[in-house]
Amino acid sequence: MRITYFTKFLFVAILFMGGAVFAKEGERSSEEPQKDLKTEIKEYIAHHLQDSHDFSLYSYTNDAGEHKYVGAPLPVILWDNGLKVFSSSKFHHGETLAEVDGNYYALHHGKIYRTDAEGTINYDEDHHPTNVKPLDFSITKSVVMIFITGLLMFWLFSSLAKSYAKNGGVPKGAGRFFEPIVLYIRDDIARPNIGEKKYRKYMPYLLTIFFFIWFLNIFGLTPLGVNVTGNIAVTVALALLTFLLTNFTGTKDYWRHLFDPLGDTMPWFAKIPLYIILVPIELLGLIIKPFSLLIRLYANMQAGHIVLMSLIGLMFIFKSWLGSPLSFGLAFAISLIEILVALLQAYIFTMLSALYFGFASEEHDHEHGHEEEPELAHL
Amino acid sequence: MEKLLNEFSVGLFFWQTLLFILLLLLLRKFAWKPILNAVNEREDGIKSALAAAEDAKKEMQNVTADSEKLLKEARAEREAMLKEAREIREKMIADSKEQAKIEGDKMLKQAQAAIESEKKAAVADIKTQVATLSVDIAEKVIKEQLSNKDKQLELVEDMLGDIKLS
Repeated sequence: MRITYFTKFLFVAILFMGGAVFAKEGERSSEEPQKDLKTEIKEYIAHHLQDSHDFSLYSYTNDAGEHKYVGAPLPVILWDNGLKVFSSSKFHHGETLAEVDGNYYALHHGKIYRTDAEGTINYDEDHHPTNVKPLDFSITKSVVMIFITGLLMFWLFSSLAKSYAKNGGVPKGAGRFFEPIVLYIRDDIARPNIGEKKYRKYMPYLLTIFFFIWFLNIFGLTPLGVNVTGNIAVTVALALLTFLLTNFTGTKDYWRHLFDPLGDTMPWFAKIPLYIILVPIELLGLIIKPFSLLIRLYANMQAGHIVLMSLIGLMFIFKSWLGSPLSFGLAFAISLIEILVALLQAYIFTMLSALYFGFASEEHDHEHGHEEEPELAHL
Repeated sequence: MEKLLNEFSVGLFFWQTLLFILLLLLLRKFAWKPILNAVNEREDGIKSALAAAEDAKKEMQNVTADSEKLLKEARAEREAMLKEAREIREKMIADSKEQAKIEGDKMLKQAQAAIESEKKAAVADIKTQVATLSVDIAEKVIKEQLSNKDKQLELVEDMLGDIKLS
């Protein structure tokens, strides 16, 4: 019992870390011209949607006009003719240059650029910086959240696994909540889509990806508000794994179906003109499937955050007795919907992954028709 | 599209892939396999327990049927025994009645025979006594009658008359 309470406490402590222990305050003198509220909110939202190099919980402007940040700096890891590791506190939230081994680096809209000693950033005609961008392997806010989520999942599910052994096959505590979900993924996602024979192989991946996306989506809705699953790099990584798993576990039938979609229903000379069109479509479908996965998750989470933050921003723009409560109510309703969307997107990603695995591991008898399957395959 | 490409961070992609694969492998070993195995085991356990319960139910039914059969047999046997006993009783009663009747008849006959012989003896006795008495009486009468001469003559007369008549 004591151990569980201790781990629970540890979990809460990690969740709310920063604050007192890691609090580090940055300063910024507000000498720049005051922007109007709308642009400020817009920039704030854009800034929030991006990954950041420090774990900032909140920032405020104090009475003296100084901009204070509360949060923890994170390590910056750059590959720029050699590994460069330094703390993100050197940037002072983008206000100063970081000097490392004689090189100067500037933080510009969440990206690190190499600059000269004055920190000048040159722009091309499209207003894109032309400075050298070193390869950035920093432990960013998103990486920290991924790590925390990973730890949480590992702790949660390995303790669930252990509780089975202890209680004679009956889950206890949080397992009572999570076991039905695990069973749902097995019985209603994996089994019907992949088939009784092969679903076991994919279960660990499906379970991991479901809980990973769900937890990160939910974390994105907490006041920590880290938009991890709304980050294109994360969704690309997830979809790429599904893509690789699909194609590496693909059976002979799957590949045959890809390059010979009509099978034996036609003589070979009749197939040639059709295949000039069909095979590229099939191959395109191969790419489109994971691409739709990554865009769907990215766009849904990104849009949810934008809508939610815009509604919150409206409160400050209206500044009236009617408008602000109204937009608060709206923001509240939308955040409730977002909780549903968080689960839904995790479900859809898992469901579609399972569907693709099902196509890949399918072994059909060659007698039955293949005609309806190309349409299904593009779902 | 350009915005997307601009947003794409190689570092985050790298960390996400690395951490996710690590998480996947760790969870597979320490969480999903034990969990799924435990769940499967439990489900198999439930299935076999249900089958066992079904078997037990069948067994129970068989046992009930058997005992019912036994009970019925026992009841039938009891019935038969009771019937037999009743029959025996009736037969015994009938037998003894007959025996008693025969015995009674025999005794009655003996009694009748005894009575008959007693009667005969008594009658014979009475006869002899009557004969003696009549002889005595006749003697006395004759003595009386023959005590005078007239009377003796009368008698002879009578007798002679009788002879005549016959």
